[in-house]
Amino acid sequence: MPEPVIHTEKLSKRFGSFTAVDEISFSVSAGEIFGFLGANGAGKTTAMKMLTGLLAPTSGQATVAGFDVYRQSEEIKRNIGYMSQRFSLYDDLTPRENIRFFGGIYGLGKAEITAKCDQMLESLELVKVRDSRLSSLPLGWKQKLAFSVALLHEPKLVFLDEPTGGVDPVTRRRFWDLIYKAASDGITVFVTTHYMDEAEYCDRVSIMVDGKIAALDTPEALKGSFGTATMNDLFIKLARPAIRSGE
Amino acid sequence: MKRFIGFVRKEFFHIMRDRRTAAILFGMPILQLLLFGFAIRNEITEVRTGILDLSHDVVTQELTDKIFSSGTFVASGVLNNGKETGPAFASGKMNEVVVFESGFAGNLQRDGTAQMQVITDGSDPNVSRIITGYTESVVREFLVEKAESTGTAQGVEAVPVMMFNSALKSVYLFVPGLMAMILMLVSALMTSISITREKESGTMELLLVSSLKPVQVIIGKVVPYLLLSFVNVITVLALAFLVFGVPCRGSIALLLGESLLFIMTALSLGILISSITNSQQVAMMISLAGLLMPTVLLSGFIFPITSMPLPLQVISNIIPARWYLVIVRGIMLKGAGIGVLWQETLVLVFMSLLFMTVSVRKFSERLQ
Repeated sequence: MPEPVIHTEKLSKRFGSFTAVDEISFSVSAGEIFGFLGANGAGKTTAMKMLTGLLAPTSGQATVAGFDVYRQSEEIKRNIGYMSQRFSLYDDLTPRENIRFFGGIYGLGKAEITAKCDQMLESLELVKVRDSRLSSLPLGWKQKLAFSVALLHEPKLVFLDEPTGGVDPVTRRRFWDLIYKAASDGITVFVTTHYMDEAEYCDRVSIMVDGKIAALDTPEALKGSFGTATMNDLFIKLARPAIRSGE
Repeated sequence: MKRFIGFVRKEFFHIMRDRRTAAILFGMPILQLLLFGFAIRNEITEVRTGILDLSHDVVTQELTDKIFSSGTFVASGVLNNGKETGPAFASGKMNEVVVFESGFAGNLQRDGTAQMQVITDGSDPNVSRIITGYTESVVREFLVEKAESTGTAQGVEAVPVMMFNSALKSVYLFVPGLMAMILMLVSALMTSISITREKESGTMELLLVSSLKPVQVIIGKVVPYLLLSFVNVITVLALAFLVFGVPCRGSIALLLGESLLFIMTALSLGILISSITNSQQVAMMISLAGLLMPTVLLSGFIFPITSMPLPLQVISNIIPARWYLVIVRGIMLKGAGIGVLWQETLVLVFMSLLFMTVSVRKFSERLQ
């Protein structure tokens, strides 16, 4: 068993008297697609912020890519990719400029950026529109680009925060092909989503309720042990009794 | 360093591609200066003046001629009685009526004094005051000439000399204020908008996860606006000099240095604003209502601070533009040096440091 890419032990975050994340413990191993589910307000975003080094935990232990979240947040940031909700890139820049900018931010060399840029535009079939502003491109293309940009500096691990929100089913399916490809290249994928069909695509999923992890296993095993036919039923069964309702 | 240059270049892309931003940044300073310089003037010309002469003697005739020969007043009719005054003002036909009492020359001869009345349109108090002043000075001049010619010159005369702006050009007054306003707008408003835009679009998160430190992000966002503001200062100064002949009597280097300081103050205010809100709209509202309005109204730009009620005078002290205005007027019009202006300079330095400390702290706090 290789060293897990993410490992947490009773990781907690409190804001005053409010416990956003309550002693969560789990491990994610290399090359795994890990689905991180939960209703709005369940504490997903807070947990993710701690794992990406944006937020210091209140208590508990966690290592990401082998680095400690308390002391080595800079090293963590250098070794992870991140794609935020709404797959944000700069709308008023062209695909090429976006790639070059983020390449520069990630500290890649000039020659490396140029090579990566060409290769990426090629593989995403964006060569024709490389000099059009992003705002003029279809959502699905932007999404692909945002994902590739998150992988620009070849991280071991990539965090995807609701990467498919507001996108049609066909485009979502295509996007998952990209995720599978990344995983087969050995990149660990940590993904949050509200789409339960996507949860089925994950190797393992965890479901957060009220700041705690209420269930964690492969989709098949979860459905079996909770006796539900679909992930959707399972999610509703677990999330409905939640005290903290959605936003 | 390379990352930093890439960041700044990206910021310039944003600015140049958004037509509205580019227009505000480059068009507004020029437009404002030309507007203030050409359209808004305090100097009064062509005062439409009516005469109500109840005396009809040699002296009133001479005095009337004297008034109209000064160039400022335009004869716009003769009134026959006091009742015609109201309608003349109401219709806008006249904005001044000069009334000579009956027996004007006789009274002057016999008692040494005679009454004349200057009626002006009080609905615009500033203009009225200026017109009245002009009229008084014409009369005074007339009396002096008359006294000299009869050899009975006597009494004390106050000869006014306006230091630093002898022609009383209002553009002299507006240029420093305009610089303060433009710098506030460009530096504070644009910075706060551009930072909150990154928050709204979610790219801020991306930047922060990319191992850039918050401070680096802020500096990267701010430097382009610092450069642009500085270009604006130079543009305004050059235009003011070339088009309106506004001089810079003191050291230009000092003026630019002080402007840089004021830009820093405004930029740190912009960062502060963006650290307390996540929306461009709110940032814009705060900048406009909280910064721009006070800069225009309470800094001494348009209304003199000394004539404000005490509470407003106290408030004006916390407005950076108030201090910058003193500095700019001092350097440009009075040729003052740092020896005179060090106190104002220190106030700005202190303000910048304060805002910067608070905003950097706020910024990292929000991330926690």
